[in-house]
Formats: sequence, structure tokens, C-alpha cells
Amino acid sequence: MVRKITYAQAISEATVQGMERNPHVFVMGLGVDDFKGIFHTTCDAYKRFGAKRVISTPASENAMTGVAIGAALNGKRPIFVHARNDFMFLALDQLINNAAKWKYNFSGQSSVPIVVRTIIGKGWGQGPTHSQSIQSLLTHIPGLFVAMPSDAYTAKGILLKSLEIDTPVILFEHRSLYDLQSDVPEEPYTVDFGKARIIRQGRDITIVALSFMVQEALKAAEVLSQEGIDVEIVDPLSLKPLDEKTLIESVKKTGRLVCVDTSWQSCSFASEVAATVAEKAFSFLKGPIRRITLPDCPAPVSKKLEDAFYPDYRTIVDACCESLGRSQRGKTTCEKEEAVFMGPY
Amino acid sequence: MVRIRQVEEIIVDVYAQKTMRTPTHLSIGQEAVAVGVCSVLKRSDQVFASHRCHAAYLAKGGNLDAFFAELCGRVVGSNQGRAGSAHLSDAKIGVFTSPILGGMIPVALGAALSFQMDKKRHVAVCFLGDATIEEGVFAESLNFALLKKLPVLFVCENNLYSTHTHIKDRQPSSEIFQRVKTPELKTQQVDGNDVEAVYAVAEKSIELCRKGQGPVFLECLTYRFREHVGPLYDYDKGYRTKKEVEDWQKKCPILKYKKKLMKERVVEHEELGVIEARYKKEALVSYEKALKSPWSDPKTLTDWVY
Repeated sequence: MVRKITYAQAISEATVQGMERNPHVFVMGLGVDDFKGIFHTTCDAYKRFGAKRVISTPASENAMTGVAIGAALNGKRPIFVHARNDFMFLALDQLINNAAKWKYNFSGQSSVPIVVRTIIGKGWGQGPTHSQSIQSLLTHIPGLFVAMPSDAYTAKGILLKSLEIDTPVILFEHRSLYDLQSDVPEEPYTVDFGKARIIRQGRDITIVALSFMVQEALKAAEVLSQEGIDVEIVDPLSLKPLDEKTLIESVKKTGRLVCVDTSWQSCSFASEVAATVAEKAFSFLKGPIRRITLPDCPAPVSKKLEDAFYPDYRTIVDACCESLGRSQRGKTTCEKEEAVFMGPY
Repeated sequence: MVRIRQVEEIIVDVYAQKTMRTPTHLSIGQEAVAVGVCSVLKRSDQVFASHRCHAAYLAKGGNLDAFFAELCGRVVGSNQGRAGSAHLSDAKIGVFTSPILGGMIPVALGAALSFQMDKKRHVAVCFLGDATIEEGVFAESLNFALLKKLPVLFVCENNLYSTHTHIKDRQPSSEIFQRVKTPELKTQQVDGNDVEAVYAVAEKSIELCRKGQGPVFLECLTYRFREHVGPLYDYDKGYRTKKEVEDWQKKCPILKYKKKLMKERVVEHEELGVIEARYKKEALVSYEKALKSPWSDPKTLTDWVY
């Protein structure tokens, strides 16, 4: 049965269903068993399966990642949860030096299928070390799958898929999407890695948007449609492996590309998409590719600074208009002005 | 011990031929630790070790032909030429290694956690050098191992040097077992060059782990004779003296054990010579076999990444 549930509920449901289907699946992380249960994504699993399979851990991000690897080596399927991806910097040694290289080092004879769920923060003054978005760092590393679900449907399907494959997976969830509802089947299903989704079909310009920025792109598309501009939105979902074909086909059709990231520009995923299209579909481009990324500074706390820091649908509208040689700057409004997440944390 | 020594002496002899293009950290002088501990283990137990891992690999039952083939980058190597010396491993016999200091400690804990979850009585043994306890992950891991009472045996091989830096320049005291000791953690120091002493302590410790009374921490005092990485002696480089090396060579674990066995009339001098010659020949034959085996195929370069 299909019904509307939130992104957080979808993650929770996938976790419970994954644990029901495979007794080796367990959840670990700081606070996975507390009353908040990682924004209520692990509460149901804890109620259902108890402390033996929903294991609260010490902070120790690096050691706990190693523990997940060692357990996976012995047939377990750990889901390790970080309440903010900023804490994952402390786990990069184990993720990069061990998890990513394991299968290769063993020529396929041993693998460590860990799933890391990690959350990107945004707004409410969370500031420099609770609002980072480190997907490009991990997408750079061979041996890891990286995905950023942009709605409840993909959040559930990609988590269940992650529990079926042997590759270590990093799932970047976005805190601003947690209350967003979408149609989600009750029964278990999977969404594939390496397959982009066309969120909206259009003729004039392609927007490749990640995670929360898919929502902003949808708002931008609505504004632009009032101007007669027909936008195509592609959600890569899976950064590694990347569905280059779908991105390229879209650009071949529209001839224009705006890449919208949740992070900084240098060596970003937006840059990767831009480079891929420039390399493989250059002759189809009618103008320069544009990247929408964060300004090259840490995330500030003050509301006024924060507002200046984050690009939104207006930034996307402007970029699309520029790309199409239309003047639109500063004139745009959207009826869906309110963000889906209003805080506090 | 003799077998491991002969294997590594072959590496010393042939290293200049450049047939083993892999940074190689020899265990020569430290064999008693791996042999003493691994002699207690069952096949189903798992061993996690560092870059200086040849002794642990062979003592846990690693295949010698796969060993030399791995060092030579051949497809019949333990890891089909993807690991070399410092990542030498074999999932079938439960040996996993990493040259990143402390890299394998939490992985050993994860293995132990899975044993505990599945109610298996296996033990995870984690060999670590004296420098590894300087890593944050060691403190993190000790905390978790104690919290969950994991069946983990930490075996610290204190050979006094982290690359070329003496422990006195890195740690407030060289008594590691005292420093890591807490009311919850059983620790013990042992002469790491006395294979029977290591065996005795390991046997007791592993039994505790199997009974759910882990973890246990052992400090084994030992010394590497050769340079940090490579086949040569390096007492002319200024960080340690020739006398220091020679003093430790007098405490060589094999020499020590030979003397004991001869004194106790378990073996005669001639018999030991025969054993040494046999293992030397075995190692040489294995090495030559590796050189004749096919290289890892470049067509497989990007296989098994995902």
C-alpha cells in the first residue's frame, strides 16, 4: 500500500524491515537507543529489537567504524549512524584506509558490507561544525558507494538496497528533509545505486540537484515555468556509482546545465558533474555550465549571515535565467516560500 | 620460529634482486611473540596485525607459497598481489593486517563483538607495536573492549622503536603494561623473546577471553634486529648503537630456546642444524616457485573495488 510518510519515518521503516529480513542487521551509534533515537529514525527498531540489535556506542567515531568493519567481516550487517556528518571526519581513517580498500585488498574474497547513515545539518544557527556536507570527500575514494536520498521514497529504498550489497555504503541524509512527506509503499522495496531520477521533465535547461537542493530546484522550476521556461530536474541520488548516462542525455536534450550542490565548490560533486558533461557532451552545450554551491567560507551562525550563506531556489532561478540570457535577478518569489523544516533542533 | 627466521633470511638474501617490490618490515628477532601466541589459537580464532606481520601470518598457518607469491606480486599470492608485505592477509585462516598504526585494533574488536553476538567462543588477537598505543584509536578501543567485555587479546610487541624514534622520546615511561592498567583491565608484561613464557601467558589470557573475562593486555618485550623497513642492519645510522643490537642478538628468541632445548636434552645440536637447513630449503624452493608463477593480470586492475 502506498501512503504518505515522512523522510524520517521512511528511514525508520526501512531499518525495521531490514532487521526483520536479516537477523545479522544491527544498528549502532551514539544515542541510537535514547528517547530521540536519531530524530526518531531508530526508536521503532529499538522498541522492536531491543539493545542487542540497537547498540548505543561510546562517541569514539573512528574505533566504532572499525568495530562495524570487524563485525561485517564476520557476516554482520551493521548500520552505523552519525547524528551529524561533521563527526565523520574522526572516522575517515577507518572508512578510507580499511572499509574502502577491504574487498580490493582481498581480491574479492572478503568484504565488509557496512552501511553508514549520516546527517547533514542546515540552519538554526548550527554553524561551522554542524552544517558541513562532506559527500565529495567520500565520493573521491574508490571502494565506497555514496548516495544522498532526496525524499522519503528514495530514503527507504536506498537503505534497504544498501543492506543487500557487499560494498560499504555512505548514505548522506539531510536534516531539512526529515519532515518532508512523500508516497512510500509499505512493503519493502529497493532503489538502485547508479541510477539517477528525472524529477521533472523539461526542454529548456537541466538542473542537476542533490539532496535538499532538489526541493529548491522544484520551487525554482515552478517560478521559471511562470516565465515560460521549461526546466528538467535530475536527481543523481547515487554519487558513486554515478549514472552519467541519464545526466548526459538530459543535457543533450536541453543544451544547458546548472549543477546544484549542498557543499562548497572546489572539487565538489557539482564540479564533477560539470566536468563529466563538458567532457562527454560538450558539443551539445549552448552556453557555459553553472555551479551553485556554498560560498567559500565556513557556515556562520547569525540568522542574517546564514541567510546570505545558503543558496536557495532564487539562486537557482537566477542561474537558469543567466544561462538562458534572461534577466530575472531579484524579482522572483515562490508561493511555497516556507521551508519544510522550521527548527528548532 | 626457525621456519619464520629462515623465510625472512631468504628475503634478506634476495631482496637486492628487486623481485619483491613491496616495503618489507622483517620480524627477525621478534618471532617468539607471534609463535607463542598463535600456538595457542584455533583456526577459527582471528588475528589482526600491523605492517610487521610476517611472523603472525606464518604462525597462524599462512601458506608459504602464497606468502612469497604475494611479496612477488603474483596472481597466486595470498591477495593476488594487491596487498604485498604490509597488508598481507588471508581471510581463510583469519589473518588481517594494516600498516596504519592502530588500523586493525577496532576491527579486531568488531570481530570479537560478532563472536559475542553469535555466542561463539572464538577470540580476536590484536598484535600492536609500542607506537600504536600513542594513537587515539587505541584509547577508544580499550574503552569499548572493556565496556563490552570483548574476547580480545591485545599483544603489544614493545620493540622500543617507532621507525627510528626511541620510546623514551615518545612516552613518559617505557612500562606500557603499567600505564594502560586500570582496575578493569588485566595486563601483564612478559619477556617477548622467551617463547615458552609468551605461550604460557597467552594460554591463560586466551582462556580468560573464551570464558567471557576479556579483554586482556600483554606487553611483550622484544627487539627488531634489522632496519625498520628493508633487509639491512642500520646501527650505523645513529639512532641506535651496534652494541645495543648485539646485546639483543644475544637474547635472540631462537638462540635462547635452542640453548634451553639442548640443555634439557630435547634435541641435539646436529638435529637443530638439520631443521634449519630443511626450512631454509623450503623457503628457497617456495621463493623460486613464486618467481615462476604468473603475474597478476593488469586486466584485473579495477576488479573487486566495489
